[in-house]
Amino acid sequence: MNRSLFLGGLLSGIMLLLAIASFVWTPFDHAVMNIPDKLQTPNATHWLGTDHFGRDILSMVMVGARTSLAVALLAVGIGVGLGVPLGLAAAATRGSWLDEVIMRGNDLVFAFPSLVIAILITAVFGPSATNAIIAIGIFNIPVFARVARGGSLSLWAREFILTARVAGKSRARISAEHILPNIANLLIVQGTIQFSLGILAEAGLSYVGLGAQPPTPSWGRMLAEAQTLVSLAPHLAIVPGLAIILTVVGLNLLGDGLRDRFDPRLMEGRA
Amino acid sequence: MLHYLLKRLMSLILSLAVASMVIFAVIEVAPGDPASFMLGTGAQEDTVAALRSELGLDQGKVSRYLTWVGGMLTGDFGTSYTYRTPVAEMVGERLWVSLPLALYALTLSTLIALPAGIYAAARRGKAGDMAVMGATQLGVAVPNFWFAMLLVLVFAINLRWFSAGGFVGWDKGLWAGLHALTLPAVALALPQAAILARVMRSALLEVLGEDFMRSARAKGLSQRQAIRRHGVRNALIPVLTIIGLQFSFLLAGAIIIEQVFYLPGLGRLVFQAISARDLIVVESVVMLLVFAVILVNFLVDLTYAVVDPRLRRAA
Repeated sequence: MNRSLFLGGLLSGIMLLLAIASFVWTPFDHAVMNIPDKLQTPNATHWLGTDHFGRDILSMVMVGARTSLAVALLAVGIGVGLGVPLGLAAAATRGSWLDEVIMRGNDLVFAFPSLVIAILITAVFGPSATNAIIAIGIFNIPVFARVARGGSLSLWAREFILTARVAGKSRARISAEHILPNIANLLIVQGTIQFSLGILAEAGLSYVGLGAQPPTPSWGRMLAEAQTLVSLAPHLAIVPGLAIILTVVGLNLLGDGLRDRFDPRLMEGRA
Repeated sequence: MLHYLLKRLMSLILSLAVASMVIFAVIEVAPGDPASFMLGTGAQEDTVAALRSELGLDQGKVSRYLTWVGGMLTGDFGTSYTYRTPVAEMVGERLWVSLPLALYALTLSTLIALPAGIYAAARRGKAGDMAVMGATQLGVAVPNFWFAMLLVLVFAINLRWFSAGGFVGWDKGLWAGLHALTLPAVALALPQAAILARVMRSALLEVLGEDFMRSARAKGLSQRQAIRRHGVRNALIPVLTIIGLQFSFLLAGAIIIEQVFYLPGLGRLVFQAISARDLIVVESVVMLLVFAVILVNFLVDLTYAVVDPRLRRAA
């Protein structure tokens, strides 16, 4: 196992575990305010300190992990669910009008500044975690469509695909049965990258108040609440920020590691 | 070249047309009627109707779309629902904060990233390379608004070198303006610099393996001279693309950074407009940002053709 894969897997795994564990156990109830204990720095009782309402920060970070990971993961789901079939269809009908329409549509979405459109969507339809998922997910669609198409094109010229065609299988069936399993590696690597980008995007949207709404904790909103208190209690800003960074670094390393694992040739000339 | 130019121009126009339709459609389905929102809950029905007709809201969708697009083409962005002032005027004022901020950040990012990327490529596999790559790994993972908060904590609150937010205005002088934009620009620039440094490094590594680089060494240039004279120039194409794309990230990213520093830029305008349901302002600012991004991408494509004659022929 390579170093990136190990370290990335470890970091992402810890964050995932924290998120899952928060369903059954957190050190304190993340929503319970306890004003006498407010703004404590990390100590034996509150490992990561408390916020201005006396809420336990570790508990909030754990529950916040749930929001961040869920939003980013579902956004990747939208990208895979819609983008991959589009990419497969484009590759299967290479050069046709369908291919052309799908790819031009892709270029168009790419040309949009994603954050601006995400803000537009959440602003118009109301801020909520669901709308954040949709807004982030839309921009994952062309990414996966492009990866799926790019990976499939060369496969269509391979002999085992020709054999399947001679055997009378339809293009759709070949795409699902033979092409898809062969590009799964590429999709998994891209999935980790989009996952990490989704975490950053969710944090940004929540920070400006367009993501998950109170009382659901999210890392971005914790940062927004910390902003006015940062000089009094820097840990309020530092802890959720580190949670975001560790998760994103973990996922990026995991993506790098998986890429090397799936395609050892890349290790050599890796940039 | 002309063919290439025309083809790109066509796709530019098409992108803008589709973008404007999408933005219009999204705003169109937004719940809530701006006229009743402006007049409050106690408003009489005929007053609301009168205001609707004054704002042109009683016309058909197509005619309103055409009026909006036609207006934007002639520099008339409509009138703000809440402030009753021309949107173009409001946008113009804010642009003087957002645009310099994005350009400042782009300059910083390029000035940091290119030397770092070149240094890392030249020292591939050595400690210097590892250090740069480690730093970029961290750089891409840091949310810029969080980084901005740390900058405020250290340089504004503790060291008091900069103010923690707000903008003095350009009439106080160029230096004062730049000083106020420095922390926001650094916050915006560093994560982008991390990406750019990685691209610079890998582009240069690719070029270093080319035959002409070996020839350059063979004719007696040192590694350093060969990189400076032949390597960097040939590696610039992918770098240029990313710089172009980054401009859009910076403009959009500025929206959030402006919130951190309370800068009176386009971002704050958008958020104020959103909370006041001043949809015409939201619509116009978003369209303007999309226009800027699409235009920059177009210009980047053109620059390619100038930098790399092969692309002219291929197109």
